[in-house]
Amino acid sequence: MIDLHWLYVLAGAVFAGFALGSMRDRTNKKRLGNAAFYGLLALSFWFGDLLGDIGNGILVLAVVAIAGAHLLGHGSKESTSAQEREGHSERFGNKLFLPALVIPFTAFVGTLVYNYTPLKNTGLIDPKAVTLVLLGCGVIIALIVSYAWLRPPLLSSIDEGSRLANAIGWPMVLPQMLASLGVIFAAAGVGTTIGALVSSIIPEGSVLLAVLLYAFGMVIFTMIMGNAFAAFPVMAAAIGIPILVHADGGNPAVIGAVGMLSGFCGTLMTPMAANFNIVPAALLELRNQYAVIKAQIPTALVMLIVNIVILYVAGFHL
Amino acid sequence: MIDYWPLLGIALVVVGFALRFNPLLVVATAAIVTGLLGHMPFLKVLATLGHGFNENRYVSIIWIVLPVIGLLERYGLQQRARTVIANMRGATAGRLLIVYLAFRQVLAALGLISVAGHPQTVRPLVAPMAVAAAEKQHGKLDDETVETVKAMSAATDNVGVFFGEDIFLAVASILLIQGSMASFGIQLTPFQLSVWAIPTAICAFLVHGSRLLLLDRKLGRRA
Repeated sequence: MIDLHWLYVLAGAVFAGFALGSMRDRTNKKRLGNAAFYGLLALSFWFGDLLGDIGNGILVLAVVAIAGAHLLGHGSKESTSAQEREGHSERFGNKLFLPALVIPFTAFVGTLVYNYTPLKNTGLIDPKAVTLVLLGCGVIIALIVSYAWLRPPLLSSIDEGSRLANAIGWPMVLPQMLASLGVIFAAAGVGTTIGALVSSIIPEGSVLLAVLLYAFGMVIFTMIMGNAFAAFPVMAAAIGIPILVHADGGNPAVIGAVGMLSGFCGTLMTPMAANFNIVPAALLELRNQYAVIKAQIPTALVMLIVNIVILYVAGFHL
Repeated sequence: MIDYWPLLGIALVVVGFALRFNPLLVVATAAIVTGLLGHMPFLKVLATLGHGFNENRYVSIIWIVLPVIGLLERYGLQQRARTVIANMRGATAGRLLIVYLAFRQVLAALGLISVAGHPQTVRPLVAPMAVAAAEKQHGKLDDETVETVKAMSAATDNVGVFFGEDIFLAVASILLIQGSMASFGIQLTPFQLSVWAIPTAICAFLVHGSRLLLLDRKLGRRA
């Protein structure tokens, strides 16, 4: 069965490629740091399961040390000038979109075909990883198509990939680091503590106040953890189920679904949700690393009010 | 008596982010401090951190798209995205992003979340197209305005996924809600839950869509 581990082999190869590509860029004074950073990540993808928990812990500290000591840089060399790119763009025309679209198309059509035909019964792909596995296939197909058609220099995908990776820099691993922080928070009992704290300030007798506390609790706890999934079980156990469902007789489906969606409003407003908020700012080369959050805050606040209204009206009055 | 000490780790994260220390350093420090305050021995903290990192490798898989995107950018993909928009009549940054918002919400509602995203679609296609549409309408933009349009492109991707995905029955968050409720003896089907994601999804489209139309007007005033 093709599962996540196959993708880890591919991802390890890509990160090893970034290490090689960084070394090849002599305009980057810090290229050794970049190569070590990607080399460690390649090691993690390939051999993470063999390193043991402590070994992985040391690897994490080494990755953090490289980033924290400012040992990451990027080169100044552009492979092709803006003019050359305009020229290529004219020459290849709209067909340039095809390889780029191969990736989402393979993932999209592939997932539908796999899930809704007898292929699913063959057990070829791990059901939990279908779209990601097909995304990986899409990347491989797109690379083959691009090489066959554009005939670029052999190592150019490695060079160009590491150029982009170096432009992004340390935010690349921030989401994975935050997920590990979540594991520590859970092990140290942070969730239970917050749940107890919230339970101790619950107002009595007012459904509206309890709804407000539940929704704002989801938002604030999500902003702290960077993830509504970590906040939901805690808030559901502290307020959602004992107060809103059992004591006040709310509709559990609404309390559950819209409670989670209130948490998503928090996700839009926190740097802790790095893969949604900080990474794109780096990827789009924005000067303000909080620019994406700033753009989202008005939508998030209006949607929070909408969710509170739905919780109160649909949860208790329909 | 509740032990409040582990919450100090959260305070460290907030302060560290606010003072703009390197976030990786802040997160690692907070993880170790939280673990120690939660009465875990140092080696146990280190092992938990390493285990968490290893188990969450799938979070970083998405970067495998970079070699393809980089290669195509070398041959003018972003320039092409701009040309297409420049030749399209009636295209504005706001309208373009509204179409993308709808597309992203519908795909997410079908469970197709990793099909689009910041590395796959926003950087190579959506952001350059939105900037080109804005420039076509209002002439050359200053850096600050370009940054606003790009940030709004990323924001639109996030809003689309967040307020679309819960309509899909088998998404992680719906299964988590079902599981949390079941542990308190409340039995719900994924269908009952995902139906209640629909009103919020429609409102999100209206709210964010209106903001995108306002963006067009705001750009008009700046030009």
